[in-house]
Amino acid sequence: MAATLPPPRLLPSGDSAVTVEFSHTIDDEANQRVLALDKALAAAPIDGITETVPTYRSLLVHYDPGEIGFDTLGDKLLALASQPLPPATKARRWRIPVAYGGEHGIDLEDVAKTLGTTPDDIVARHAGGDYKVAMIGFTPGWSYLSGLDKFLHMSRRQNPRLLTPAGTISVGGVQAGIQCLAAPSGWHLLGRTPVRTYQLHRNPTFLTEPGDRVTFFAIDHKTFDELDRAAEAGEIVAEQVDA
Amino acid sequence: MSRLVVASIGPASSVQDGGRFGAQRYGLTVSGAMDRLSLAAANTLVGNAPFAAAVEIGPFGASFTARDGAVRVAMSGAPRNADVAGSPVAMGTSVTLKDGETLTLGFARGGAFTYLAIEGAIKGEPVFGSLAVNARAGLGSPYPRPLQAGDEFSVDAASGASELRIELPKPVGGPIRVLLGPQDDEFDDANKALFLDSEWKISATSDRMGYRLEGPAIKHLHGHNIVSDGTVNGSIQVPGNGAPIALMMDRGTSGGYPKIATVITADVGRLAQTSAGTAFRFKAVSMAEAQDEARKFAQAIRNLPDRLRSSDTVALNIEALSDANVAGYAVSAVDAGTWQVAAEP
Repeated sequence: MAATLPPPRLLPSGDSAVTVEFSHTIDDEANQRVLALDKALAAAPIDGITETVPTYRSLLVHYDPGEIGFDTLGDKLLALASQPLPPATKARRWRIPVAYGGEHGIDLEDVAKTLGTTPDDIVARHAGGDYKVAMIGFTPGWSYLSGLDKFLHMSRRQNPRLLTPAGTISVGGVQAGIQCLAAPSGWHLLGRTPVRTYQLHRNPTFLTEPGDRVTFFAIDHKTFDELDRAAEAGEIVAEQVDA
Repeated sequence: MSRLVVASIGPASSVQDGGRFGAQRYGLTVSGAMDRLSLAAANTLVGNAPFAAAVEIGPFGASFTARDGAVRVAMSGAPRNADVAGSPVAMGTSVTLKDGETLTLGFARGGAFTYLAIEGAIKGEPVFGSLAVNARAGLGSPYPRPLQAGDEFSVDAASGASELRIELPKPVGGPIRVLLGPQDDEFDDANKALFLDSEWKISATSDRMGYRLEGPAIKHLHGHNIVSDGTVNGSIQVPGNGAPIALMMDRGTSGGYPKIATVITADVGRLAQTSAGTAFRFKAVSMAEAQDEARKFAQAIRNLPDRLRSSDTVALNIEALSDANVAGYAVSAVDAGTWQVAAEP
């Protein structure tokens, strides 16, 4: 594999966790290396590590300082992090329905105005994207997607909203997302999906995995209501298609 | 089986345990007690495992009634007046409620959270090994939401074990200790100094997810957007408006604002117990010191059973009273030795 990234960095996240950072930016190679390090640790666990959290560009490693110190763990992580990437595996692909605009996407008009275009153009660009689930985080099932159209890159809101609805489809910075539960957010709300990426008593509890591929398609608000009822009853209303 | 019925309870009260680990990679929040030492102390008093599920009671008052038999309970954490049928109950002691008796707790006098542990512990259906409530995620058991009057717990009948008190470790005072990073390089030296040298207050809009800090605005070097990465308990992120937010137990597992510093494990509970509006400071420590404190904190919890004493020997503890008064509280002799005097620096 081409080594285009700088060597990974260790960033202390308090006394019981360390971030192994591969890149500052969203970068597919960095994300591949994050997922590879995560897999390597799962295959050959290091005593003292309690949990790992893969993100776009870094792996957060939680550990017990009663079992392993920062320096010893850091050395082991850096050694693993510089191993070559394993071969890529075939990704699952999801088609996710979205009701854009109106009450479901309260920022759509403003985003269009800010970017000097129409709401329809924003929808076309967002739904036209081919995304990868780069990480899951913040709240259960919140899928962070890479692959957002450069035209839609814009700064997050100065002041995060204290509550945004379950199923929110939004963009923030260079990122796109599927938000499962109602939560605070500093992103721009374009629409809402009836798909639950997390549902406690459903099998599987979590729909998406890092590495999955995602596309969106527009539905009207009436279809949203129908699919939302089906999803509430435990049905998976995302379409899984062959990659 | 006996029952413990919630006769009255204020907002911000819920069932909490040691937290939910193992699924942060799917965004499943950790939750769990805001003040782990106080949870462990209350549980230890009634013979439970230190991180068993208990009631975390917010700053407001509450009352609990035993039904269908006796129930043995204990409290630790933010100090309050408490009584059973007019007889005072001390913080940091166990007490058995006879069938029909009601334990009444007043408002927190300093601090925020008091833990009510029940002998035999609260029972429910664990998710990822935990009953901890995260109301936003609809998670937790037996009630996946803040507690309300009328809720009840099925509990083991009181064993008749003798009543105990606990002598907690000497309160830690002083600033809340932090390790700089993981994104302290997103701030220049002047702004890092501003963060460390200023007085802060916790905003009234804070909750179990995050404590919003009021003080000077902290400016970023390169803007406030970073690519989202992982968070931990005590991560202090700085959003665009420059007002830091300390991420607490219901935090998101990742976030997209630069994190200037991280509260050390041993001090997360102290920050959690700092009342809204109380001024405090941060202090940067080294990794070696932070890890040493984390190990001591874990050891202090393991050692709690050694600190149990028979409750009939409750005496005026001059040293503890003195410490408590230095910490700024007027406290009674019976609760002087408890942890909560350390809640505020």
